[in-house]
Amino acid sequence: MSRKRVKLLVDSLTRSSKHFNKSEVECLVNLFDTLVAKASSHFAGAGFDRTVFRDTLHSAFGLTDEVMLDRVFSAFDRSNTGSITVVEWVEGLGVLLRGTLEEKMKCKIDLYANIWYLKPSKTSANIHLLAQWGHSSSCISSSSSSAWKQKWRKYKMGVKDLVEIALKKMDYDHDGKLSFTDFEKAVREESLLLEAFGPCLPDIKSIIAFEQKVFRETPK
Amino acid sequence: MFPNGCRAPPWRQVHGEICYLVIKPHDTDPLYITCSTAGVFLNGGQLKGKEIDYERKSNLYKDIVTFLRERSPRFVENMAKQEYSFFKEPAHENYQHVEDAEIFGQSQSFHEFRRMTVCGRGKSSSLGSPGQRLKPCMKWKNSELSASQRPKSSSDKSPKKDSEEEGKSSTVSLTTKKKASGKSKTVKIQEASKCKASSSPEDVGESSSETDEDEQPLRRQEGSTDLSAEYWGVQKLAKYVKGGDPTATVIALCSMRDLNLSQETCQLAIKDTGCLEVLINLLDTEEIKCQTGSLKILKEISQNVLIRHAIADLGGLEIMVKILDSPDTDLKCLAAETIANVARFKRARKTVRQHGGIKRLVELLESISVGSSCQAKDTETARCGALALWSCSRSTKNKKAIRKAGGIPLLARWLKCSHTSILVPIVGTLQECASEPSYRLAIRTEGMIENLVKNLSSENEELQMHCASAIFKCAEDEEIRDLVRKHEGLQPLSVLLDNSENKQLLAAVTGAIWKCAISRENVLKFQEYKTVETLVTLLTDQPEEVLINVIGALGECCQEEENRSTIRKCGGIAPIVKLLSATNQALLVNVNKAVGGCAMEPENMLVIDSLDGVRLLWSLLKNPNPEVQASAAWALCPCVENAKNSGEMVRSFVGGLELIVNLLKSKDKEVLTSVCAAIANIAKDQENLAVMTDHGVVPLLSKLANTNNNKLRRHLAEAIAHCCMWGSNRVAFGETKAVAPLARYLKAKDPLVHRATALALYQLSEDPNNCVIMHENGVVKLLLAMVGSTDDALQEAAAGCIANIRRLALATEKAKYG
Repeated sequence: MSRKRVKLLVDSLTRSSKHFNKSEVECLVNLFDTLVAKASSHFAGAGFDRTVFRDTLHSAFGLTDEVMLDRVFSAFDRSNTGSITVVEWVEGLGVLLRGTLEEKMKCKIDLYANIWYLKPSKTSANIHLLAQWGHSSSCISSSSSSAWKQKWRKYKMGVKDLVEIALKKMDYDHDGKLSFTDFEKAVREESLLLEAFGPCLPDIKSIIAFEQKVFRETPK
Repeated sequence: MFPNGCRAPPWRQVHGEICYLVIKPHDTDPLYITCSTAGVFLNGGQLKGKEIDYERKSNLYKDIVTFLRERSPRFVENMAKQEYSFFKEPAHENYQHVEDAEIFGQSQSFHEFRRMTVCGRGKSSSLGSPGQRLKPCMKWKNSELSASQRPKSSSDKSPKKDSEEEGKSSTVSLTTKKKASGKSKTVKIQEASKCKASSSPEDVGESSSETDEDEQPLRRQEGSTDLSAEYWGVQKLAKYVKGGDPTATVIALCSMRDLNLSQETCQLAIKDTGCLEVLINLLDTEEIKCQTGSLKILKEISQNVLIRHAIADLGGLEIMVKILDSPDTDLKCLAAETIANVARFKRARKTVRQHGGIKRLVELLESISVGSSCQAKDTETARCGALALWSCSRSTKNKKAIRKAGGIPLLARWLKCSHTSILVPIVGTLQECASEPSYRLAIRTEGMIENLVKNLSSENEELQMHCASAIFKCAEDEEIRDLVRKHEGLQPLSVLLDNSENKQLLAAVTGAIWKCAISRENVLKFQEYKTVETLVTLLTDQPEEVLINVIGALGECCQEEENRSTIRKCGGIAPIVKLLSATNQALLVNVNKAVGGCAMEPENMLVIDSLDGVRLLWSLLKNPNPEVQASAAWALCPCVENAKNSGEMVRSFVGGLELIVNLLKSKDKEVLTSVCAAIANIAKDQENLAVMTDHGVVPLLSKLANTNNNKLRRHLAEAIAHCCMWGSNRVAFGETKAVAPLARYLKAKDPLVHRATALALYQLSEDPNNCVIMHENGVVKLLLAMVGSTDDALQEAAAGCIANIRRLALATEKAKYG
């Protein structure tokens, strides 16, 4: 990209983005460029793909959950092209790093949307939750010792219980399912529940670390 | 350490050995002992390196105490002082608990240490230098017994109960036992395995000695642990809080918040299920979500006294102070709010201070983010910080710490904002701190009075109350009183008097009026606002703290002549005189002052006399409190002066004159001064003076003559002047050596002293011997200067005195030379 084009791009992004100032946008664009350069071996085009994205988020924010990262990617990838453009990148990071509760919630709903959209039933939500919580302890299940197995069985029971608890707490219209409105209401009441279905937003420490790392490079 | 709790290596465990200790008594060499299931015995000591000679070198004793009794006479001596009833249980059960600490301390702290380990609080905290800072904790008697009763595998929750029991008993027994502890010998128990983790008994000991104004956890009835629905709910959720990944924990925490956490059963259920420990442990993690969730619960349940103490005991405060450094604002707010709840007792406040919490809390007030959108958040942060500071500011040292951390300008800045939610804690903190002179100075110089006055007219009664009590405390300083007037704070104060429902507010407002009324100009303002009339209506049916302030305010207003008659016209004298028979000493002091003020007007005096007020005042001279005595004596002065037939009235009090003369033996300067003033007034009546002379008033007054206190000098000189009028008192004063010191009073700088002294000297100079003494002390020169004074009384007295001296000189000359 020519220097002039970069400048134009930065200007337009600065105008559209609520969360970053000009120098910060510049940094993010720079970062994007390096990432694209890295990705170009896999994928040619004006963006980078799932793997690079996942790697980046993993190293920057310590998000490990693959399922979730996939969904974060889909959320970033508004145009559904399978690659993230520079605009999507800056806007997505805006929500991730500096987003208000509203924006984060909307993003979350987007994240969870696919599942609900496909199977908006109680069981599916349950299965999803089970998968979520089961996932993190899969290492336990893979262990072969019988004592561990017993523990795992207990844990699974616990997970079921927990799903009940969560449903009871968040199901405001008592239809046995979690709808968007339910979720929205629950999160408004208790912002902690934002992450109830698995972590996909970075915590503040890694955000600060990331911002320091990226924005420090600003040529002032 | 091995999983079964033993310290001994496995090959020794087969012999039943549990651990090896080194005990260093005061009077003998270090003892190397082995604790085994069979009992305690001396082993061969430490060989080179870490090896221990396991060989048994002594008889087998059933426990350490028996062993030490045998070995160390000093130990027996000190044990005897502790009235310690030893238990007959098999001893080795306790040694199970002597686990992971290297303890330095006195014999009691050894037991204290045992208690600590039993309680599962082997967590490390700061350890003082050996034996020096350790304040012995007297809780071991209790703990010993409870330890003996406890089964080997002590459950999680029982230790907490014990520590509470001990916490309670210690405060009761500490004072008596403290004396014995100073001499107690040092038993140094050292784990052979050199484990460094140790607990700090001094913390507990020190704090439990500070019991003033502290809340004490009330012992809960044992029966109340009936397992309610909440209990099971909590227990179920506790399971998920404990186990599972962060997401599961967060959901469980959120669900727990849906329980009714303000309910006591629920709070205690959280404590009893061991959930509290988990919540506190969660604070120590890196997971912000979990920390937030946990703090949200802790904030709620820390309303409970028991929970507060438990949180402090579990080291929760330290972690919360650490959280104050977190980058997450919400988390900081929650931590500060929880600290505000927990820091309601002294030990907690001390912990917060010692871990640098004050500085961090002050920093919360500092936060300014850019942009207007963040302002709400800033206010919230500051509010939480202020709340915590408010709680902390109840300790004097914390007040200093806040000042050092630069908190005052920040408080001043926030005081200017208009949100009631933040103003309440800010003003609350200021109000707490205003007891320190340095804060009062700062409040004045930072211009906070203006805002305090402004907030008096706020809607919020709590805020009004704190503002009023801040002014109450600040108005001790004259400049502040003037500032309050300049900022027109007196009118809102008088307006607030109409709100007589809220007693706390009323107490604070009347207090502020009282202190403000010390300045004359303020009294004039109050007259304008008809405050005196309102105050008089508040004399009946009010709680004591309101009464004290109301009476105090009236007493100050009485200094103004107009108000004295106002009080009479409003019918205020009867209730005031009635209060003379109260018992509260602070109240009595103020009542005395008010009565004294009223009595300055002869018409009032009639009323007081008809209500038998003088007799009541007189009987207050018997009060053991010197302040009450002094104020009563002051009040008597105008009474005696203005009453009709005062001489007869005074004589009618049987033993009254003897009583007042005997008060001259008091050690309190103020009492002496006031009594001298009263005697000066009483002595105006010849008969009374005669009675007082019989009771030996002359030598008692003479004894006081060698004082440097100008106020006392003045009233003493007056008393002497009046007492000279009877019989041979003039000669007696000379004989009791009162004249020479009196002559020196003329060198003082206070003109009032000069006047009284000149009067006294004039009276005394009627006796030739006194004239000689005066002349020897160089009085004439000083008096000559005073003849030129503008004060008529002084002039006259000085001249009279000189005349007397001169006359004597002439007479002697005449006698000599014929």
